Amino acid sequence: MNKTIVTVVGKDTVGIIARVCTYLANNNVNVEDISQTIVQGYFNMMMIVDTSGSEKPFGEMVTELENLGDEIGVKIRCQREDIFTKMHRI
Amino acid sequence: MINILEVNETNKMIEQEMLDVRTITLGISLLDCCDSDLDTLNRNIYDKITRLAKDLVSTGRQIELEYGIPIVNKRISVTPIALVGGGACTTPGDFVEIAKTLDKAARDTRVNFIGGYSALVSKGMTPADENLIHSIPAALSCTEGVCSSVNIGSTKTGINMDAVKLMGEIVRETAEATRENNSMGCAKLVVLCNAPDDNPFMAGAFHGVTEADAAINLGVSGPGVVKRALERVRGENFEVLCETVKRTAFKVTRAGQLVAQEASERLGIPFGIVDLSLAPTPSVGDSVAEILEEMGLESVGAPGTTAALALLNDQVKKGGVMASSFVGGLSGAFIPVSEDQGMIDAVNRGALTFDKLEAMTCVCSVGLDMIAIPGDTPASTISGIIADEAAIGMINQKTTAVRLIPVIGKDVGDTVEFGGLLGHAPIQPVNRFGCADFINRGGRIPAPIHSFKN
Repeated sequence: MNKTIVTVVGKDTVGIIARVCTYLANNNVNVEDISQTIVQGYFNMMMIVDTSGSEKPFGEMVTELENLGDEIGVKIRCQREDIFTKMHRI
Repeated sequence: MINILEVNETNKMIEQEMLDVRTITLGISLLDCCDSDLDTLNRNIYDKITRLAKDLVSTGRQIELEYGIPIVNKRISVTPIALVGGGACTTPGDFVEIAKTLDKAARDTRVNFIGGYSALVSKGMTPADENLIHSIPAALSCTEGVCSSVNIGSTKTGINMDAVKLMGEIVRETAEATRENNSMGCAKLVVLCNAPDDNPFMAGAFHGVTEADAAINLGVSGPGVVKRALERVRGENFEVLCETVKRTAFKVTRAGQLVAQEASERLGIPFGIVDLSLAPTPSVGDSVAEILEEMGLESVGAPGTTAALALLNDQVKKGGVMASSFVGGLSGAFIPVSEDQGMIDAVNRGALTFDKLEAMTCVCSVGLDMIAIPGDTPASTISGIIADEAAIGMINQKTTAVRLIPVIGKDVGDTVEFGGLLGHAPIQPVNRFGCADFINRGGRIPAPIHSFKN
């Protein structure tokens, strides 16, 4: 199990979730949880995904998602979950 | 389950508050490289460093990418070269050859710095120690990435005043040897008392003889994160202030511990320690001085500064200790002048003097660090400053250090630019009264009474 956090932050527009989910599906990444809010027109989404089914090297996925973000006009980050659990849980 | 607020908090710390891992330092023992032939020794050293460190930089980059946390420096520290080169080097020139080998190994492994061009002479000097110390000016002027340190005292042994006298002269010679380059060599030379074996921060990093064959040591950072956290509790009492620093230090250290473990696992090299230091950089918003000012000081250097620094140091340690399984190195807050924009500003506005800096070193993690002084400062005065600082370390059982840069050709009122992480600094006046007769006595200052704990 390779839990990964994908965050998308930026100006809201139509189709952000669709584009991100399409990319993940094409790479055999399973989405386990999504939470999303819009604050003052700003789109803010966090996904917990499982990348263990994907054959793509992790670093490549990080770069491709960043590029996808540039295309849509939002900031997409893809980080291993450990950094958050370690920082916020004892 | 992790929630969106926690994720956003972490990413905000990284993006806006400059949370990063300041350095991954790979410590390498060179004791098994010893040989009586200088060429063989150099070859052994080069081969071992490049073999163990070949994946250090690429692994660091990979971890940065996967966790989204920047790792600013990748560095190497080695066994003090005076120990390694003792059998093969009969002149200072021989040691310079080893410095060149280290520099080449650093370049070929693409690390920022390599530390360990060092001698440990807290009680006495061997001929090898003396040769190495005499070779420092030449070694630092003909290499780029090599850092040098000399440990001249400890709580257990007292202070080696012969070495203190010699180091005053060596600092000056190094300044002269690199005068074309703003006496930059002195920025890579530090004189220590109570030097730890596992410090990952330059210029004082070396891989001590108590260490394993190789170890991954990590230096966390984040003055910016602490500053921002304190902005949110402005005006609250000291309990709240301390609690806030502690909580922040915990989170920062956890991130560091994770990166250290990952690096150790991927490189197949045991994890050594996490150093809980707040190490500033010259960029705005990454300053220890700004944290102290956020606590309520008009400027660093004002009355209250030492107390604020003591509080900061202690809370950083308290928060960090629980976050990591092994804590070591220097652990505390660094107060270098040229590398911290807030400190530079305080010196420029006349709030922060040399004497106040010395007082602050009683409670900071290291000592008088990256302070530019007039180029005509006598060697005996530099030795006197080293002796004062070593005495503070010896009596208080803490690490202290001196990294002064007598900038040849410059005087009070001038500014010196080092560039990059080393920053820039105004030349600060030093006390003009002499201490030559004191320094020229030579010999040793005995260990203090409280060192006898057998």
